[in-house]
Amino acid sequence: MSLLSVNGLSVKFKRRNGDLTALHEVSFSLDRGERLAIVGESGAGKSILGYALVNLLSKPGYIAAGSVQLAGQELTQLNAKQWQGVRGKRIAMIFQDPMITLNPVLSIGDQMVEAIRSHTRIAYKDARKLAIEKLAHVRIAAPVQRFDQYPHELSGGMRQRVIIAIALLLNPEIIIADEPTTALDVTIQAEILQLLKQICLDNGVALILITHDFGVVSRIAERTLVMYAGRIVEQGPTLEIINDPQHPYTQGLLNALPQMALPGQRLNQIQGSMPPLSEHPGGCAFHPRCPYAQDKCREKVPGFVYSGVSTVACYVVEDMLAEFAQYDEEDLDV
Amino acid sequence: MSQELVLNAHNLKQHYQVKQGLFKPDATVKAVDGVSFTLEKGKTLAVVGESGCGKSTLGRMLTMIETPTDGQLNFRGEDLLTLSKEQQKELRQKIQIIFQNPYGSLNPRKKIGAILEEPLVINTKLSKAERKAKALEMMAKVGLKPEHYDRYPHMFSGGQRQRIAIARGLMLDPEVIVADEPVSALDVSVQAQVLNLMMDLQQEFGLSYVFISHDLSVVEHIADEVMVMYLGKVVEHGTCEEVFTNPKHPYTQALLSSTPQLSRDKRRQRIKLKGELPSPLNPPSGCAFHGRCQYANDRCRSETPVLRSTNNGHLIACHAVEESRLDSLAGAA
Repeated sequence: MSLLSVNGLSVKFKRRNGDLTALHEVSFSLDRGERLAIVGESGAGKSILGYALVNLLSKPGYIAAGSVQLAGQELTQLNAKQWQGVRGKRIAMIFQDPMITLNPVLSIGDQMVEAIRSHTRIAYKDARKLAIEKLAHVRIAAPVQRFDQYPHELSGGMRQRVIIAIALLLNPEIIIADEPTTALDVTIQAEILQLLKQICLDNGVALILITHDFGVVSRIAERTLVMYAGRIVEQGPTLEIINDPQHPYTQGLLNALPQMALPGQRLNQIQGSMPPLSEHPGGCAFHPRCPYAQDKCREKVPGFVYSGVSTVACYVVEDMLAEFAQYDEEDLDV
Repeated sequence: MSQELVLNAHNLKQHYQVKQGLFKPDATVKAVDGVSFTLEKGKTLAVVGESGCGKSTLGRMLTMIETPTDGQLNFRGEDLLTLSKEQQKELRQKIQIIFQNPYGSLNPRKKIGAILEEPLVINTKLSKAERKAKALEMMAKVGLKPEHYDRYPHMFSGGQRQRIAIARGLMLDPEVIVADEPVSALDVSVQAQVLNLMMDLQQEFGLSYVFISHDLSVVEHIADEVMVMYLGKVVEHGTCEEVFTNPKHPYTQALLSSTPQLSRDKRRQRIKLKGELPSPLNPPSGCAFHGRCQYANDRCRSETPVLRSTNNGHLIACHAVEESRLDSLAGAA
């Protein structure tokens, strides 16, 4: 059984004249120790998905349908008290901006001890010992001194390390990291990614990495899930998706990277931009920007098919597979 | 293309005095410390480096938003820093800037038409009708529709806003555009659109770009020349091809190896850097990079390296490169 299984998860936002759907029937699963990336541009719903998994959707957002199961336990039905045993403890979160995540008026140590003691009954001395241990684990030099420092005394990369240490305090089974390196310089970004990966390998923690950057994905994730306008459009092994993207959106996203064109030449752009929540088009949401769009793309949402590389929701891929299947049968007749 | 010199900076410096409290003497932050370069017509010079290296301060000096504390800045042979206010105003039109965040750089209470016409109102004597015609023409050039003229910035997506910012920068027919991280805030697919637009406009108007960015994959694509900065100083300067295929300075090498690459074969062996950018209030002695450099020796710790030309005009400020210590160590490892 997979560690986390998400089935038909839909998230809506309450509005006076009809609710807006931000997530449309998202389903995926995550195994123990697996590193999964959720990729998409802003407005794709990837952060909403992250928040929905741990019940942190702010009003007027709410889970409209679907289930989230952690090792067989249904999470969407938990009350606030029950959530305390899950959020922060079994599922930990890391957010983009380390300056906002940390409380500026509490020392690093106080914040760590607070996090431990709100979940377990443990003496201050032991909590402190555990916190320093975790700071050392994320390779912070002089953890004993850092324990008493305040967030403003640390650099950006160091702060993100502290946040990872906090996430690790209670030995979670899953870490959800929402753009953990976007605010950092490239040299620091590379180090933090390496650290996250190492932690997953050492402790058998599963990782859900939410990002817009395929370069980051290729460094760390085993499996990738591509989102567009609130839906998953493609999922499969990271390397295969990067080498042979199937969905036209994934293809466009990868082709638009500057490294995919010769220096000085025009880049391969996708026309238009991601539609806002209130204007998600009918049918396949990508059809207004898709070079291969046909009539049926405008009418009905495509289902998932397995292309041999990844699982894709696209009629073009579906038609191509049907064509191949036909050839195969003809071959058999001969 | 003929080699037509447009912008020429010599030993530009920007030092800030920072108060440290009542009883301590003021400290000096050398945000930019002696930067020189030349920019030709129709070319792109990229300035790269991590946050805090002084690349944005450099951009602000080039556009005369800030006056350098020392150095020379020549635009087509005229020294911008010694001119009278009137003459400066005249020449300011020729060097325009585009900022990173199109959500912050457009006035939310003005319509697009008014935003685009403002530079004309201030700097020219065109009539209202002429201004509108010019604004509409520029909107068409950057891919905006005429009906956008009467809309407000909040009605546009990030990519479209950056188009508006570019159009505004071009209203006074500038020759140099300083672009400070123009695509960092944009999504990948939109980023490609804006970069394409910038390249098209460069062709059409013969613009010269000073492209400030931390994203090396974008820089590799768009730049002719690359200047790598570290703590206010240029550490490496060369043609784009030279810097990317044959980086010499240990910092450039580390920066390149840290940039995420998609394919495994293109990925370089990552060079790990110790620590982070030191505080500019208290920069290290000698080479500012020595604390993070694996090749550092006593000379690096005491003597500041100067930019030296190797072959074909590739400039590097590094003792280790000069003494060929790099190769011997790499060979041993």
